[in-house]
Amino acid sequence: MRLRACGDAALLVDVASPTPGPAGGRADALGSVLALHAALRADPPPGAVDLVPAATTVLVRLRPGADPAPASAHVLGVAARTARPADGGGPAEAGAVLEVPVVYDGPDLEEAAAALGTDPSGLVARHTARPWTAAFAGFAPGFAYCVQDGPPAPGSGPAQGGDGAGDGPGDGPGADGAGWDVPRRASPRTAVPAGSVALAGPFSGVYPRRAPGGWQLVGRTDARLWDADREPPALLPPGARVRFVDVGGGPRPAGAS
Amino acid sequence: MSGRRARGPRPRALEVLAPGPSTTVQDLGRPGLAHLGVGESGAADRAAHRLAQRLVGNPEGAAGLEVVLGGLRVRARGALLVAAAGAPVALRVDGRAAWSGCPVVVPDGAVLEVGAPAAGVRTLLAVRGGVQVPAVLGSRATDVLAGLGPAAVAAGDVLPVGEPGDSGCTAPVVDLAPPARVERGGPAVLRVVPGPREDWFAPGALEALVGTPWTAGSEGDRVGLRLAGEPLVRERTGELPSEGVVRGSLQVPPSGLPTLLLADHPVTGGYPVVAVVVDADVDRAAQLRPGDAVRFVLAPPPGSAHPGGARAGAGGSAPPTLAR
Repeated sequence: MRLRACGDAALLVDVASPTPGPAGGRADALGSVLALHAALRADPPPGAVDLVPAATTVLVRLRPGADPAPASAHVLGVAARTARPADGGGPAEAGAVLEVPVVYDGPDLEEAAAALGTDPSGLVARHTARPWTAAFAGFAPGFAYCVQDGPPAPGSGPAQGGDGAGDGPGDGPGADGAGWDVPRRASPRTAVPAGSVALAGPFSGVYPRRAPGGWQLVGRTDARLWDADREPPALLPPGARVRFVDVGGGPRPAGAS
Repeated sequence: MSGRRARGPRPRALEVLAPGPSTTVQDLGRPGLAHLGVGESGAADRAAHRLAQRLVGNPEGAAGLEVVLGGLRVRARGALLVAAAGAPVALRVDGRAAWSGCPVVVPDGAVLEVGAPAAGVRTLLAVRGGVQVPAVLGSRATDVLAGLGPAAVAAGDVLPVGEPGDSGCTAPVVDLAPPARVERGGPAVLRVVPGPREDWFAPGALEALVGTPWTAGSEGDRVGLRLAGEPLVRERTGELPSEGVVRGSLQVPPSGLPTLLLADHPVTGGYPVVAVVVDADVDRAAQLRPGDAVRFVLAPPPGSAHPGGARAGAGGSAPPTLAR
């Protein structure tokens, strides 16, 4: 972990910077980011006005004029307490799992399945097999980059048959996103409908509103991802857990592509 | 539509006759929601917004109008007290020139016109009592990128204005604005702190950033200001995992030409940020016009006990004001 300067009113905590020990890689970074973000929210650094988790970093934005030195010291203290490997670090134990109903009839379902070396039903089985965790937001209000929980560690629960064939033994419960690596579309769509369930890289997400987008669209949901009049407005704030539930077909509405 | 003489006191409002090239409602934005994908937004020149609000005795967080390149014409409903700051403009009330460095009374039914600024881009207009359009997530700011807050101001809009007694107003605490800080002639000098991703660039990129002249582009854009100049050379070509960015970040896409992020920037970005403009200088950056000259100078690292000591080195590029 490393603190990087980010102007005179913010710090960028880079959890993916090479550190001694086993937890130096990208995959583990998401779990560390979530744990650190949760810890900093519970115990905010002095002067902090925003805590922004991302793939391998947490941005701590300070009130302009706040002294960054005590904030830095505070972040390092919280990080040291949070980084203990013994606590599992992962988001997997936190909170209830929200269910999001999905009709898997997206225009890119076949292509995304092929990219994963499976067919549409195989993709749906994988997508629904285990919960996903909202790791961070971006792109639009309420858009959450979700990563799927790793398979249960050996001996820690009933074996999950069927979908784990390609997952190596090195994937522990914190190894989020394992098994998903979906390229973005070569040419982005100018308009993706609200509620589209999509894949890109190790992430799955749901478009909160109609927007241009380059992710592969595999399905749709009528869950409301964003409502400015609701508290909280985002259905999937960082750390929220979600299980996608296949609610069956129905013809694809005209104009969905 | 609107009766000339309604019964009883009419609700105070600004009736928009013409919005000019671009006018939005702004306040100090929505801090604290970036983890949900909602940026701070708010006035692009926050210092000017605060000053304009103080001139009419409003709390600094009250909502006003951000007028890009003038052209706004509004009719007052009720007698209103207004003030402008930021890009200096001529104000006219029913065609008569009004001094724009202090509060101006606009009588009921009179038309206020905001002229085009001689320099700068954004004039922040405050009205005593505040613009009281409905708030979204605690702010009345229009975030053009996220699509939050009121739509851009359009002809025919009636913008409610609060009653001073209900809006936390005090007697104005400033009665004459200090001279505008908008640059006139000569390059705008903006201080930068290196990083967070200066290690993605070839050796010498930071020196090139501060050692070469830049030119501002993209007029009136609240998201970011494009810069033209000698492209910075990146050393790493891979994709940076998206990470949080701040107002003032100098994000460098593969073209090597930085974009300076402004009020409505995305909360995360995937281009490496070579350096970040010091927060207090970003307001001035938001006033740059296409073609305006820009120079960057290294700021001392925040909290550094030895100003200029870390990256600036002794190489002569350290800001001269630091060597007392």
